[in-house]
Amino acid sequence: MLKKLSHDRNKPEKTGCGCLFDDRSADLAAAAGIGGPASVSLAEAHFPAPFKEGLEYSSPARGTWNIVHTGMLIPESHEIFVCAEGCLRGVVLTAAEMDGMGRYSAIEVRENNVLEGGMEELMIDGVADVLEKLPYRPKAILIFINCQHFFLAYDQDYVFDTLRKRFPDIDFDDCYMIPTLRKSGITPDQKMRIQMYELLKPQPFDDSLINIIGSNRKVFADSEIYDIAASAGKKIVQIHDSNTYEEYQNMARAPFNIYIEPLAKNSAERLEKRLGQKYAYLPAFFRYDRIDENYRKLAEYCGITAIDTSGLRAEADKALAEVKDLIGDTPVAIDYSFTFEIMSLVRLLLEHGINVREIFADGFAAEDEEDFRWVQKNYPDIRVSSCVRPEMRFADRQRDGRYLALGQKAAYFTGTDHFVNVVEGGGDEGLYYGYKGIVRIAELMKEAFMEPKDMKTIIQRKGRGVKSVI
Amino acid sequence: MKQVAALISTYSSDEFGVCSALYELGGMVVMHDASGCNSTYTTHDEPRWYDMDSMIYISAISEMEAIMGDDEKLINDITETAAELHPKFIAVVGAPIPYMIGTDFQAIAEILEHKTGVPCFGFEANGMDHYTRGISMALEAIVDRFALTGKENSASAAYDSSADGAAPREARSGAVVNLLGATPLDFSLNGSIESIEIWLEKNGFKTGASIAMGCSLEDISRAGEADLNLVLSYGGLAAARLLEKRFGTPYVVGIPVGAEFAAHLAGRMRGAIETGKSLSSYMDIPAPEEGGAGWIAAVGESVYQASVAAAAAMEQGVDIRVLCPLDTDDMLMRPQDRLTPEEDDIMEAIKEEGCRGFMADPMYRPLLPQGLTFYALPHEAFSGRIYDSVNPNLIDRPLAESLYDFRK
Repeated sequence: MLKKLSHDRNKPEKTGCGCLFDDRSADLAAAAGIGGPASVSLAEAHFPAPFKEGLEYSSPARGTWNIVHTGMLIPESHEIFVCAEGCLRGVVLTAAEMDGMGRYSAIEVRENNVLEGGMEELMIDGVADVLEKLPYRPKAILIFINCQHFFLAYDQDYVFDTLRKRFPDIDFDDCYMIPTLRKSGITPDQKMRIQMYELLKPQPFDDSLINIIGSNRKVFADSEIYDIAASAGKKIVQIHDSNTYEEYQNMARAPFNIYIEPLAKNSAERLEKRLGQKYAYLPAFFRYDRIDENYRKLAEYCGITAIDTSGLRAEADKALAEVKDLIGDTPVAIDYSFTFEIMSLVRLLLEHGINVREIFADGFAAEDEEDFRWVQKNYPDIRVSSCVRPEMRFADRQRDGRYLALGQKAAYFTGTDHFVNVVEGGGDEGLYYGYKGIVRIAELMKEAFMEPKDMKTIIQRKGRGVKSVI
Repeated sequence: MKQVAALISTYSSDEFGVCSALYELGGMVVMHDASGCNSTYTTHDEPRWYDMDSMIYISAISEMEAIMGDDEKLINDITETAAELHPKFIAVVGAPIPYMIGTDFQAIAEILEHKTGVPCFGFEANGMDHYTRGISMALEAIVDRFALTGKENSASAAYDSSADGAAPREARSGAVVNLLGATPLDFSLNGSIESIEIWLEKNGFKTGASIAMGCSLEDISRAGEADLNLVLSYGGLAAARLLEKRFGTPYVVGIPVGAEFAAHLAGRMRGAIETGKSLSSYMDIPAPEEGGAGWIAAVGESVYQASVAAAAAMEQGVDIRVLCPLDTDDMLMRPQDRLTPEEDDIMEAIKEEGCRGFMADPMYRPLLPQGLTFYALPHEAFSGRIYDSVNPNLIDRPLAESLYDFRK
């Protein structure tokens, strides 16, 4: 018998988890349990993908960024999505919820375009119509095509060549919303990180500049990476510093790019090929030896001696010891959206006595394998659960006692209001990077342990760190 | 220009309309679409997602599966999941890429039904049509499959037809009324559906199946036993016609918005039960003469906005004309209403002489010409969850209190 459900959000009838299938919710929860297809012990987990692919579930935790958020980082640009109605739905409301409708327009692909063609005319005339209606003149337009374009005999070069000739005062960037390509070749996230710098035009290099590219969030101001660069007379530039299109163009003047996220590899390679910018991959590792290795690479480029990090290490150790003192053996859960280097962080926490009990992830980055193996060997009982397997819809979202979660999905799946609201390595202040990043995350863990948050409301907002109107 | 939305939002699509209509019925709904596309629906179009567990999934179709037409993976993934989760039915829903490669959803549904023994549906959605079409096809199919038995007694027996606007003869013999076309996309989660059920009781009716908010598959299986179907949106019309054809059950179109129109609607429902004839409740309400004051354009779902217009005409003597950018039907549109499928159509319509106001979802506001008054009326299917906290419940209460006094 199904429960009578309230359809008035002002009068919620909270009964358990609100499951529609109360008569067999226990069976369903068991299906999601350990040893099942959605949850295994770390000892049983295969690297890099512990779970079988199949139908997918989407949890309500929405703090990760999408291509709308990322595209909006280019100042004075306007986004035009050319998609079917269902595809437009997600992007237009992303723009609306970040109060960005003034920088968003849509051209709707309909059945006639699929059956009869005319995509080129639709796009060219559609962009012209948008420009006529806009109350301002954008410096750049990001035109997002979608999966359908890849199945149509559509002449992209003709469309963009024509637009560039017709509107010579505007730069046009071809962008891609192509989720069917998530599992083959360059993924949409990787492609977006290429295209967000594709509008940069060659300029004479200024040796005093170093770019950090490819991150949705700016590296937070306290990170020692700024000090290291400054000690060599260098200034770090990020797209987030640009308030105008001209300032954005200044990124072409840096002879050297740092990228922190693995998704930006192709972007760095492309910029080297196109603008001659050298690059280095300095991931947001949490292991001290690997952080030091990052800084050695940076020092080498800058032509300075590698810094002594012993003081920074001591600070991080002290901060983590304080966490341990405060939370004791409180179970900790972490999810993949917290950082790209999840196993590096898990290992750091475990090495400092923090009781990590659950990991929520469907895959791990290649550079995380060493730490994955170490944790697997030393803490084989840690539970690894999927975030997208269908059974997770009915997973038990309650835990006994207080749980501390790192990440929105971990908070959701463990049902805790005590969580660190960090997504893609970033919180309120930006991307937590380096030893100072560890110190800050430790502080946030203490705050989260002491003060509960409104998890239900917070995790449903899109794009952590972006303005939200909901 | 057609197909361009330079300034405004985009309506929810047929794919998501199917999901919304079937959400509470205990089935497993699988969008045959790319990984991540389900989050659009669950984030923006499904306000029940956090609090009410439902088996809405996505197949995560990839480029190679699309190119190779690999239906086998889809069938195997669904079969495997169904074996674990035991849904009451399975629905496979189309999307843009399956549409382009000609996926045969009916055939897939047949194979799935054979393999799982569970009732299966294949919905030829394509992500390019409006949510209204998706709701319509889903509700029609689910009613067609499960509402197989009818009422034994005459539907009209419950009412005394001797007086105009006949009252129920006896409360204990209240006629049973199904609600057709209820989804959060049109009614949000602001208590409107509960208010309609209370209003039915107040008028001597009993609520049958509220399809599909607050009802079960078992309720739907008894839908043929009702005396009347109340069509709350375009999405419920096809199911109402099917029930009329199958069981002779009449239907009435309208939402009990406002106080006076709600009473009028109740009267028309009694009349329909008595005569057995279906009707649109707002068709016989004349457009008011405003003495040159002008008219107000109302954009949105045709039944909802026409009901608001009827209520405004009766309570305030205000002329509201519906501009419908969505699927609708001749039966749902009054003579003064019109189709406006494009952004440009709406921009032109509200610039016409005599138009003094513009009522629509707040995300239509950028189209507002100077000099016109904007009346915000949030619509979940257009702006998603953004205005959830201010989306008003208009059921059976004076418009001036629940919405606006349009005379001011």
